[in-house]
Amino acid sequence: MNTTIMLFLVQDGITNGAIYALLGLALVLVFAVTRVILIPQGEFVTYGALTYASLAAGQMPGTAKLALALGVGAFAFDLFVARRALHGRLILRSLVTNVALPAIVLALTTYFAAQKPPVAVSIALSLVIVAMIGVYLYRIAFQPLAHTSVLVLLIASVGVHLALQGLGLLFFGAEGQRGPAVLSGAFTAGALRFTGQSLTVYGITIAFIVGLWLFFGLTLYGKALRATAVNRLGARLAGIRTTLSGQIAFLLASVIGALSGILIVPITTLYYDSGFLIGLKGFVAAIIGGLVSYPLTAVAALVVGIVEAFSSFYASNYKEVIVFMLLIPVLLLRSLAAPAVEEEKD
Amino acid sequence: MQSRLPIIIFAAVMAAIPFVPGMPPFWIVLLDNIGLAALVAMGLVLLTGVGGLTSFGQAAFVGFGAYTTAVLSTAYGLSPWLTLPLSLLVSGSLAVLLGLITVRLSGHYLPLGTLAWGLGLFYLFSKLEFLGRNDGISAIPPLSIGSFKMLSPGSIYYAIWVAVIVSALLTMNLLDSRTGRAIRALRRGHVAAEAFGVHTPRAKLLVFIHAAVLAGLSGWLYAHLQRAVNPTPFGAQAGIEYLFIAVVGGAGYVWGGVLGAAIVVVLKEVLQSYLPLILPGSGQVETIVFGIMLVALLQLAPGGLWPWLISFLPERTGGRKPDTSLKLEQRTRSPGQSGILLQVEKARKQFGGVVAVNNVSFDVQAREIVALIGPNGAGKSTTFNLITGVLSATSGSISVLGKTVDNAPPQEIVKLGISRTFQHVKLVPDMTVLENVAIGAHLRGHSGPISSMLRLDRADEAKLLAEAARQIERVGLADQMHQLAGSLSLGQQRIVEIARALCVDPMLLLLDEPAAGLRHMEKQQLAKLLRDLRDGGMSVLLVEHDMGFVMNLADRIVVLDFGTKIAEGTPATIKTNPEVIKAYLGVAA
Repeated sequence: MNTTIMLFLVQDGITNGAIYALLGLALVLVFAVTRVILIPQGEFVTYGALTYASLAAGQMPGTAKLALALGVGAFAFDLFVARRALHGRLILRSLVTNVALPAIVLALTTYFAAQKPPVAVSIALSLVIVAMIGVYLYRIAFQPLAHTSVLVLLIASVGVHLALQGLGLLFFGAEGQRGPAVLSGAFTAGALRFTGQSLTVYGITIAFIVGLWLFFGLTLYGKALRATAVNRLGARLAGIRTTLSGQIAFLLASVIGALSGILIVPITTLYYDSGFLIGLKGFVAAIIGGLVSYPLTAVAALVVGIVEAFSSFYASNYKEVIVFMLLIPVLLLRSLAAPAVEEEKD
Repeated sequence: MQSRLPIIIFAAVMAAIPFVPGMPPFWIVLLDNIGLAALVAMGLVLLTGVGGLTSFGQAAFVGFGAYTTAVLSTAYGLSPWLTLPLSLLVSGSLAVLLGLITVRLSGHYLPLGTLAWGLGLFYLFSKLEFLGRNDGISAIPPLSIGSFKMLSPGSIYYAIWVAVIVSALLTMNLLDSRTGRAIRALRRGHVAAEAFGVHTPRAKLLVFIHAAVLAGLSGWLYAHLQRAVNPTPFGAQAGIEYLFIAVVGGAGYVWGGVLGAAIVVVLKEVLQSYLPLILPGSGQVETIVFGIMLVALLQLAPGGLWPWLISFLPERTGGRKPDTSLKLEQRTRSPGQSGILLQVEKARKQFGGVVAVNNVSFDVQAREIVALIGPNGAGKSTTFNLITGVLSATSGSISVLGKTVDNAPPQEIVKLGISRTFQHVKLVPDMTVLENVAIGAHLRGHSGPISSMLRLDRADEAKLLAEAARQIERVGLADQMHQLAGSLSLGQQRIVEIARALCVDPMLLLLDEPAAGLRHMEKQQLAKLLRDLRDGGMSVLLVEHDMGFVMNLADRIVVLDFGTKIAEGTPATIKTNPEVIKAYLGVAA
């Protein structure tokens, strides 16, 4: 093996790893706040990517309609929950955030899709659409289950994943798509070529890691989110709106997912079902990071990316086997480490 | 679990179904699929619903079973009946391997870990040359008895449903036994179970293997039903679906697994065949509906359908009272034993910078009631945890009958005759009082899982239950014996914990706030019980806040404050000790 190949592989691995890091961060975030193991994270990736690619190609993405449909559902849930104490302001607020907003976005999307919008507009629309889907999904699927066990939440999460993946096929078809580069241009340093796209990937990943770290460490909202994660009831008694915490977590996760999708769709062709595997690799990183530590997750994600790059070069057949089996030694180490003191379970 | 009648009726109905005239052959195919899924789900019921270990990887074990028989019966021409034990062996031993790695993981690591290796194994199935890569293996011989070949779905039907019913019986037998109680206690955390000698990692591994063997059996049947295998049905999606089946049916119930399998298999079939008629469109409309229904079901009936169904049946009243004439072997005690039973010397426990227990020394003599008192946060419960091995001391030593037991695990401490109750009650709420108390006698029984499944453990079991019943009567809860522990008042639950601790046949009883939540009369009864126990030769060390109770009962009192021992003596001297008064009432008093 020569150095050039090795450098290429490392570079490739870091680019992929950065994406896994983003997804891993989102998974950690959602788990920490809501205890949901977010299997549909992968769908946020494909929805973001394929919405962006569709818009760029001048097609109308079905996700905008889904956002409206879910918004109407969320509105119905809000009304149902508050049915004994309905008042005008509550209805109006719910109507604006759950129905009017996605309706406006749908109108904008229809308008822009017809005339091949500029990259920035496509990105903005894709992010907003997927973000709304994420928040409404939390309202409809997870908020009513917020008090249940991790297992029930996990299975609900699988249900959401199945439904979203099926809808993905309906919206985008079985064909793969690619999108235009977010940042064109490139420069070379030695043997390596850095594209604007890969630099964007690095930049955004680092920005998110630092941003999340600051958000959780320094802001009151971040601390409230962490408090919700530790003890829902306690957080509520302290005046923290736990449903809001969940919505914020899902908002961040869906934005991160969509952004990751938009970042990779110019590099690789994505299909409606690609998200699952990509998301799972983010998982591998998140598990290695223990589902709690952001920096550790980021480092682990880079390792996953690099291992993947090397194994696809040397043993491409066994690429996935190697990546997923990477967990076993990690789990082994964790299980050899002293078991934590028992938590009270119910 | 007492009555076998419903199972016999069920078996008879299943046996008669193929003979119903006009039964469409396709329904038999569906029933075959239901049986195969039910086997895997049953394992998951034990693993997830009862044991609290969530696995997404069960499909991989189905794959091990299926591929083992596929390879051996095609490439090596072995008879399918010979490959059955081998299939089970392969799934079982790989379960040991994967289980050793994963079952020690707690909480969410476990499901995620299983998801990861489930996926890895799926890709391995689809890449390995000798497993036929993505195409798999075809032309697998059918099951046959003599010249009768089970070629049609109708003929293998019996093999599948015999397997289901036998597995269900064995699984239920296992749950209703000494080992089963240990498994059922797992979900509530390991501290209580370990305090009575249950080796929790071993119990977890056991359910893991049980579930894997059932999955392997399903795989073996699947291979001979389809007569071909390929990687698709053993992927992550399938693993998820099995878990879904268990949850839909009711993850805590063996028959819930069967019910869940029936619902999901039929539902999928209906969705696949009728949805395209209603909603014409490309692709996986049924997946979408399936996913949505899954979420809806969890919101409407998070416990699954089986418990919902049986709630319509008339409640079964009480169980049989065990024959209390049966006796377990008792610990050998030297008559008139005296001297120091427990010696705590300079025990110290630090959590980071906090010194919870600061070089505390005291002892407990034979036939003595010692009370450990002190304000909240004085380190009393931590001291208990140090003595019983739940926590390991930072320094100092603890010895029982002159033998040092520093940092021995709880399972070893209880063998020495030290048993305890917990400040926060740790009973299994969905087990009866009798079953909960019988966990206390865990170490005094000897039957293992295999003999429990085959019902060879009945003599041993009867003695354990007799002992449990005797202790329940002794603490005065005979009327509540067959109630669920979770339905008792908190005070009564504390008393149940005492009965459980007594089942150990202890020399020293450690009680953590036994009188909390008791009414006045109940406290007096408790005090009388503890005096009787002492007069019978037992020692008691108790933590208690009710001063009236302690002062009337204890022979000696040790007072802790901020982790440090500040006084020790008889109740009379403690009452007037200025240090103690200061600790409780402040300087001004």
